[in-house]
Amino acid sequence: MSAETPVEVRGLVKRYDGLVAVDRVDLTVDPGDVFGYLGPNGAGKTTSLRMMLGLITPDEGTVRVFGRDPQASVDALEGVAGFVEAPRFYPYLNARTNLELCAALDGLGAGRREIDEVLDTVELRDRARDRVGGFSHGMRQRLGIAGALLRRPRLLVLDEPATGLDPGGMRDMRQLIRNLAATGMTVLLSSHLLAEVEELCNRVAIVRRGRVVYEGTLADLRATAGTRYRLRTTDDSRAQAVCQAQPGIESPTLTAGLGISFQAASERAVAELSMALTEAGALIIEMAATHASLEDLFFALTEGAAGEGAAGERATGGGPSTSDVAVAP
Amino acid sequence: MSVGTPTVYRWELRKLRSQKRTYLGLGAAAFVPIAFAIALAVQRGAPNDVAFGKYLHSTGLALPLVLLLFGAVWMFPLITALVAGDIVAAEDHNGTLKTILTRSTEREQIFAAKLMAAATYAIAAIALSGVTAIAAGSAVSGMHALTSLSGTHISVARGLLLVALSLVVYSVPILAFTAIGVLLSTVFRNSAAAVVGTLMSSLLLQLLTIIPGLSGLTPYLLSTQFNAWQGLLRQPIDWAPIVRAVWVCALYAVPAVIAALLVFLRRDVDGG
Ligand SMILES: Nc1ncnc2c1ncn2[C@@H]1O[C@H](COP(=O)(O)OP(=O)(O)OP(=O)(O)O)[C@@H](O)[C@H]1O
Ligand SMILES: [Mg+2]
Repeated sequence: MSAETPVEVRGLVKRYDGLVAVDRVDLTVDPGDVFGYLGPNGAGKTTSLRMMLGLITPDEGTVRVFGRDPQASVDALEGVAGFVEAPRFYPYLNARTNLELCAALDGLGAGRREIDEVLDTVELRDRARDRVGGFSHGMRQRLGIAGALLRRPRLLVLDEPATGLDPGGMRDMRQLIRNLAATGMTVLLSSHLLAEVEELCNRVAIVRRGRVVYEGTLADLRATAGTRYRLRTTDDSRAQAVCQAQPGIESPTLTAGLGISFQAASERAVAELSMALTEAGALIIEMAATHASLEDLFFALTEGAAGEGAAGERATGGGPSTSDVAVAP
Repeated sequence: MSVGTPTVYRWELRKLRSQKRTYLGLGAAAFVPIAFAIALAVQRGAPNDVAFGKYLHSTGLALPLVLLLFGAVWMFPLITALVAGDIVAAEDHNGTLKTILTRSTEREQIFAAKLMAAATYAIAAIALSGVTAIAAGSAVSGMHALTSLSGTHISVARGLLLVALSLVVYSVPILAFTAIGVLLSTVFRNSAAAVVGTLMSSLLLQLLTIIPGLSGLTPYLLSTQFNAWQGLLRQPIDWAPIVRAVWVCALYAVPAVIAALLVFLRRDVDGG
């Protein structure tokens, strides 16, 4: 358990009468990471983050932030800031007073200048004298970021920070996170939006029903999917028979009108298949590699075989597709 | 390294100063004696059956004392509960516990600051009520000597001192109610439930005293301690009820505070 490691979570479990909200989660966030904690609604993201911030007690397992236990003392949160779910402030106090309160409880002596600075960063300076009770969702979200930045954190924990923001607000939020990461700040970001995580994060953990089903880079995840090939020939049913017999060619499926889709163990196997097809008299009209989209992989991981109904179909039916969700700009 | 509790306490007071509820309570504490004085000014009658009632027209010093007698039933418990019952529950309502607990403040500091803030408010309400009562009473009846419960003469100066001390003694059961209010606020996490619950506990305790078999309990009930100050207005001063008030109230307040603290330290902050 190193004091340099922003987050080290081992065997974390949280149960809510019968329901296992977080199930033996292991997680390591390294310095400088922009770490995506990705999962669908109810996967246990917020619950995990609450334990990392010492707000709720784990039933099992350990949390260390910079080597310290947030359950033991609030001292462990030195250098850590952030919020879970929507940030909350005192509605009857204005934005500036709320930040003054936060600064006072931090004991960092953040004064007028620091508060002005963070208000500028989130573009709320002109509303600083207004009561937070009258703030819109997006303004509160930005005030939450301001409150977090006031602590000058080395680790910033954000729970779906772009949720409920308009497209412009989302873009600004992501730009802000990128800027903060560029200063060397470590960011732990939960999200249910693959595109957001793909755009911002260098590493991800994908959670499903409380369990981490994947941890690593999105590039590695994409690579695990292997490559599928699409094949059209002059005689698809004969070609299908050839594919089934050919070593190194896996799970060929024939769809009338669309041709054959298969997976190959290696590029060599594909080359050999083309020879075999020609010999069998099924001449190749088209043979192309397609990549499974990240979105398909994400759905396969988070919904999978045990997934519910329609969503499960999306995962298993995930042939080649290019989804806008999966494409990084 | 965490922040000092005085800082947290100052911010708890600041929050109270920014909430309507605080002014509602303080407003009632000031308004009731004024209304009382106005009623005295427009009519000659007085509640002769209560202690000091018959002196209401002869000296302003009687008004705060009669107010203490009447206020014990529900007014002061309500004013106390209004803030004590809200002080933790409001954080649940606003979802702000997670905001303050992720700064550099330990939970016990937040709790201590809240307890002290609720107590400060309750004492301020009693003081305000007392000062207003003396002012309003003397405006109507003038500032004259008082007659003690033993029938002896009390000078104006000594009367003022005894009224002030009575307010202090009266604060003791009020602080016990503060502790109960904070406990219910912590446990219920709902302001209305905690305020009503605190008030109900006050009324139920008073009901207990009229059950025949339980009359032996009377000296140990919280509501009884609201009469302890009367010992000050005897000649010589009867300290026994005052001493008893202190330890009986502690018997209620200390377990309530410990229970509330344990709940607050161990609870999951998972709302909001
Ligand atoms: N206080 C609680 N009491 C009971 N169940 C809870 C509580 N908090 C969370 N849960 C349950 O734990 C599971 C995980 O919830 P959590 O809020 O962590 O999910 P999430 O991944 O943050 O979802 P979302 O994307 O919707 O925010 C859910 O099934 C939820 O109902
Ligand atoms: Mg969540």
